[in-house]
This record gives sequence, C-alpha cells and structure tokens, in this order.
Amino acid sequence: MSRGRLADWVTVVAFAAVSALAAGLIAFDPVSAAPVRVDIRIRYSHFDRGALTVPYGRPVTFVLHNDDPIEHEWLVGDEEMHRVHRTGTEAHHGSRPTEVSIPPLTTIETTVTFTEPVAWNYICHLPGHEAYGMVGLLTAR
Amino acid sequence: MGKRFSRPITAFLGAIGALLLAAGPAFACGGLIGPNGAVNLLNTTTLAAYHDGVEHYVTAFQFAGGGGEFGSLVPLPGVPTSVERGGDWTLQRLIRETDPVPQRELLDAFRAEAASAEVILTVRIDALDITVLRGGANEVGQWATDHGFRLPPDAPEVLDFYASRSPIFLAAVFDGDAASERGQAVGDGTPVHITIPTDNPWVPLRILALGKGAAERVDADVYLLTDRAPSMLPRATGANGLFLEHYAAASDLLLDDLRSDAGMGWVPERGWLTKVGIDAAAGDLKLDLAIDASGAGQPSPVKAGVTAQFTPLTWGQPNLWWILAGAVAATVPFWIALVIVTRRRFVQPDAA
Repeated sequence: MSRGRLADWVTVVAFAAVSALAAGLIAFDPVSAAPVRVDIRIRYSHFDRGALTVPYGRPVTFVLHNDDPIEHEWLVGDEEMHRVHRTGTEAHHGSRPTEVSIPPLTTIETTVTFTEPVAWNYICHLPGHEAYGMVGLLTAR
Repeated sequence: MGKRFSRPITAFLGAIGALLLAAGPAFACGGLIGPNGAVNLLNTTTLAAYHDGVEHYVTAFQFAGGGGEFGSLVPLPGVPTSVERGGDWTLQRLIRETDPVPQRELLDAFRAEAASAEVILTVRIDALDITVLRGGANEVGQWATDHGFRLPPDAPEVLDFYASRSPIFLAAVFDGDAASERGQAVGDGTPVHITIPTDNPWVPLRILALGKGAAERVDADVYLLTDRAPSMLPRATGANGLFLEHYAAASDLLLDDLRSDAGMGWVPERGWLTKVGIDAAAGDLKLDLAIDASGAGQPSPVKAGVTAQFTPLTWGQPNLWWILAGAVAATVPFWIALVIVTRRRFVQPDAA
C-alpha cells in the first residue's frame, strides 16, 4: 500500500471514529439523561419564580428552599388537582413527587418527569396562602 | 370607683398585635379555621402611658370561649421589667372619658411554651399564659410554629418588620379549658399590665392587620397618657386611617380614678390624654405609632417603621450624581461673570 493510500485510509477511519463518537453521544446523551435542577425559593410567603419552563420527557429535580419560619407547600398539577386540594384535609404531603410539604426553614428536593407538554400552576394550598400570592406557572415543553 | 365599670365592657382586647393562631393541628388543605373556631380581632383598646422613662402598656386579652388554647403575639419596644395583672377597669374608664358609647368587643387568646427563641420571662395570669421572647423573625416564628400556632401567610414579613427594630415579643396564650373551669364567660377580658423601660413610648399598629385581607378593616383605639402633649409619627390625619379623637390635658378626676385602680398607683398627678382611633384597610396599615413624649417634637422614624421604606441615597446612585452635576452647572453663569469682570479689571488700566 502506498503512503498516499495509507493516509487516505487513516483519514477515513478517523472520520468514521469521530462520527461514531458523535452518534454515540447523541444516542446516549449523558447531559440530557441527567435530571434538570430547578431551584425555587420561598420568602415572605411568595415563590421567587412566578413562572418557569422545564423540558418534558426528562426528570426535573425541584429544589424547594423555604426561608420562612412557617410551613409551605408546593403542589403542581392541573386545575382539577388544585380544586381538590383547595378543600382537602390532607395534613401533610410527600407521597407524590408533585405534592410536597416544606417545613419551616428547610430545603426539600423532589424529582418529577413530565411525560407530555403541560402548563400547570404550582400553588401552596395552606389556608390563605394562595390568596396571598403563592402561585406560579410551570410550563413543560 | 371600683366595679362600677361592668365586666362586659371589658370586652375589648387590647391584643395589640394579634398573630392569630389557633393552636391545634393545622390542616394542610383548606379549612382556615382551627378546631376551636375563628379568632377575629374586631376591636382592640390599649393604653400606652409613659412616665419617668417607663412605658406602661395596659391591654386585655379576651376569652373567646370554647376549650383548647388560642394565642397571640405582641411586639414590644424593649424587655419588660414586669408583666402583671392589669387594673380591673382602667381601659373602660379611659373609654368613658373619651367616648360615652361602649365599644365593640373583641377577642383572642393563645398559648405558649419554649423553643428556638430565648424565653425571657413567663407569667401566668388567671387563665392566660404569657411568655416574653427574644429572637429574630425566624426564631420567634419557629417558636410559635413549634408551639402549635398557625401563623398566617403574612407573618414572616410582619415578624421581620418588628424583629429588625426590636426582637422582643410577648406571646399570650389563653387556656380555654382553664378559663372555663374558672367560670370565665365569653367576652371576659384578662387585663395585663406590661412595664417597659424605654426612651419613648411606641405602639405597634401594623400587626393589627396581620392575617387580614388587604381590604379588611382594622378597628382599634389607642390611648396615650404622657407627661406633656406628645407628637406622633405618622400624624393622625384621618386620610391615613388614623383619627385624633382626643387631645387634651387629662382631667384630675380621670387621673385620680386611674390611680385608684389596682396596680395603677404609678399614674402621675398631671398628664396629657390622647386618643387615636384606627379605622383603616388592613392593606394601608403599614406603620407603627412612634411617639415623642419629651416635648422635642421628633418621633422616631425608625420606631414608626418609616425608615425601612426609604432607601437612602448613595453616591453610587445616578440621581445623586445628577443632583451634583446640576449644582455645578448652576454655578456656570457665576464663573462666566467672574471671568468677564476679572478681565475688565485687567484691561481697564491699559485703556486708561
């Protein structure tokens, strides 16, 4: 094999390797497989983010910081879910990742995967808190 | 004068600050009211008297009925030297002095124990457990939460508003069961007399709006008894929800009457009586009542809570640089005139 041909082959193999690596990266996408982290801070009974957008189809870890000396909730869902909670009597939330109670001065993490695009409110349904302004809009798209 | 002021009238409570909380389990969903029913602050009456560098704060906590416990937090301007049972009818006598029509009633009560905040003093007065706390907003809020108080959503901000100026709070808890055992009827008040050394009297007003919607009304009466005519901040203009309903030298008869009530021997021979009526939307009640009883006419903006609402100008802010630039620009004509005059003076000798 001549030197020129060898060089050609090396070039082809190198391109192939780079292509394969790129294809592998796209296929496995280690970045998109990792949970997206979203911090939400609560102070003076308000969410610091009135609206936020997250990707659907990937896990999203919500880190909820309650800087208040009183308990709060972070409940995200459709209007029917909120209607139920407005009049519900569930004293504590935590069994579902979309419904979380946050004790005073603590931080709670919850991971949610939205399987389809949604536009849901997140609300604190403790007495008087929604009326006081503890409402935000989450969009998954 | 004794008991001629009937108990029912004792009905309003001075619960100056009522962080209304119903002890007992707080339901996470719905149900704003605790198992013992609502605690609504309808009207409060308070005496803030000031003499010889000491504020005498007299108010009453009213038994709202039912069992269980109800609580309230009252911010204080300093550490009290004593908390004791107040006179039997001091507040009623003041009302009679300025308003012949009996006031409406009011309510609430509470509970206490100990936790994150520092407990400075605890006192039991009848069925009322009183705890004086020292701590920041988070500490006091945590303490209240740990002790079954259900704080309304505006509590964190309001506690911060007070704690940043005076980290002293008084928690009063009505033991409803004990009150019932004592035969206390709904509406019976337990008067409390708090003695607080301080450089000037001060009355927390903003806390009266705690837990209320912005449009809900706050209705309260504040009596001031000072050695001389006081000045106040904010001024009672009426437009701001504060009404100056009485402002005159206290009569000898009133002072004699007050002095004859239990624990009221400190009332001076001479004094000035002021009554400030409060009738404001909760959303408009953002300040406290700072008083200058010294005669200097300079009530403290800090105590009124005004200072925090204004951001002091700094050199880093563009508006101040604009002011400076404007001031410099304003002197330009002067410099031009000075140059002209100076040149003429130099030119004139040659011309001659």
